[in-house]
Amino acid sequence: MAANSPLICKDIHKTFGDLEVLKGISLETRKGDVVSLIGSSGSGKSTFLRCINLLETPTSGEVIVHGDPIRFKTNRKGQRIPADNRQVELIRAKLSMVFQSFNLWSHMTVLENIIEAPIHVLRVPRKEAVERAEAYLHKVGIYERRNYYPAQMSGGQQQRAAIARALAMEPEVMLFDEPTSALDPELVGEVLRVMQSLAEEGRTMIVVTHEMAFARDVSSQVLFLHQGVIEEQGTPKEVFDYPKSERLKQFLAPNF
Amino acid sequence: MLDLKGYGPSLLEGAVVTIELAFLSLALALTLGLLGAAAKLSHNRFLRWTATGYTTLIRGVPDLVMMLLFYYGGQVAVNSLSDALYEAYQIDFFFQFDPFISGVVTIGLIFGAYMTETFRGAFLAVDSGQIEAARAYGFGRWLTFRRIMVPQMLRHALPGLGNNWQVLLKTTALVSIIGLTDMVRVAEEAAKAERSPFLFFIPVALMYLLITAASELFIKWLNKRANAGVVQGN
Repeated sequence: MAANSPLICKDIHKTFGDLEVLKGISLETRKGDVVSLIGSSGSGKSTFLRCINLLETPTSGEVIVHGDPIRFKTNRKGQRIPADNRQVELIRAKLSMVFQSFNLWSHMTVLENIIEAPIHVLRVPRKEAVERAEAYLHKVGIYERRNYYPAQMSGGQQQRAAIARALAMEPEVMLFDEPTSALDPELVGEVLRVMQSLAEEGRTMIVVTHEMAFARDVSSQVLFLHQGVIEEQGTPKEVFDYPKSERLKQFLAPNF
Repeated sequence: MLDLKGYGPSLLEGAVVTIELAFLSLALALTLGLLGAAAKLSHNRFLRWTATGYTTLIRGVPDLVMMLLFYYGGQVAVNSLSDALYEAYQIDFFFQFDPFISGVVTIGLIFGAYMTETFRGAFLAVDSGQIEAARAYGFGRWLTFRRIMVPQMLRHALPGLGNNWQVLLKTTALVSIIGLTDMVRVAEEAAKAERSPFLFFIPVALMYLLITAASELFIKWLNKRANAGVVQGN
């Protein structure tokens, strides 16, 4: 079971100075799971997502990607750091991330953005990388914009390009960090539709989101975080239709 | 071609010396600038202090004083090193500190300090999200530096680099003082001998102007390339 699980997190803690942001979060995914992380700002959901691909180093706890646990060591200052940077790079290449502010590389065209990591990190031959990129550009519906620079496109198009960049890594798990929060309301739908189609294909996704309709309709698991702990978790039906805790009820109330 | 009372060819030779000196110094200055900026931005305290010492020292001392120090002091240093090596290990090592090398080293060192500041500011101006995206896609340090940081940094660095280059080019005129026959030196001697300063200094001034104007066009072109993908007026 464990070896087949694309991603397992065990008891993740994260402290910034005196502030404990994550107080022990665990998560186990199966292939094809879509896990939505919901909760108010400051609940730790983005920090948790960033601990998964080691953009933040968890203060304690384990991250296991496809049976491969990330190794840590302690540096001279007593901080926990990854023991092997190469291992972290390899694992990151299997967990592609989509950011709230897109973070497409602004000096490259859309196509160049998408082939960059496959060519230089995964060492895919250029021709193959371009073919793969074009297929994903068709999929997210911006093939005709492939030679545009990010700054020449709308937010929705940029985010779809960023999703194509993530897909081109053919990742084990896709991490989405509030992918629609920086978008104008009329552009949110186009990005959510792409994400929904990915979910239907059976891609494993972890999504930090404020889009409750998406979390309810698309996820297989919903985690409600509050002050650094999982306050409640379950299927969308359990979480949205039968919330148990007062906090979750309060959190969901304005959405109905 | 202008004859300039027979001084034309040697003035041209002097111009070649000026250009060689300028480009070699530029190469040294760019290298030192990148290393200096990397050191100043590193986590290693020793590197940071070394780089800060370098820029503080160099930027605080007049160019001319530095040049005299290197030319005269440099040879003395080489001589004593050579003596010491021979006495200790019987190694026969000698090295003539000629004006050209002193010029390249001094100008390179001086402008390396200015380039350090230009590059440092430019690296800091790169949006952190761009670097984070690289890390998240499995880029190592060197790949991030080469593929993301340098191209993005150049946008911010180019205006400052262009400025430094023009000042550097004009600073090469100082080497005439330590006896290098660049075009200023040739013009000075000719002007004295012929008692006609305008005839020799105006062509020299025009030559500098020609080089700076050409470099301005080149930098404009570079700027346009480096800023591909930036929406103007944004």
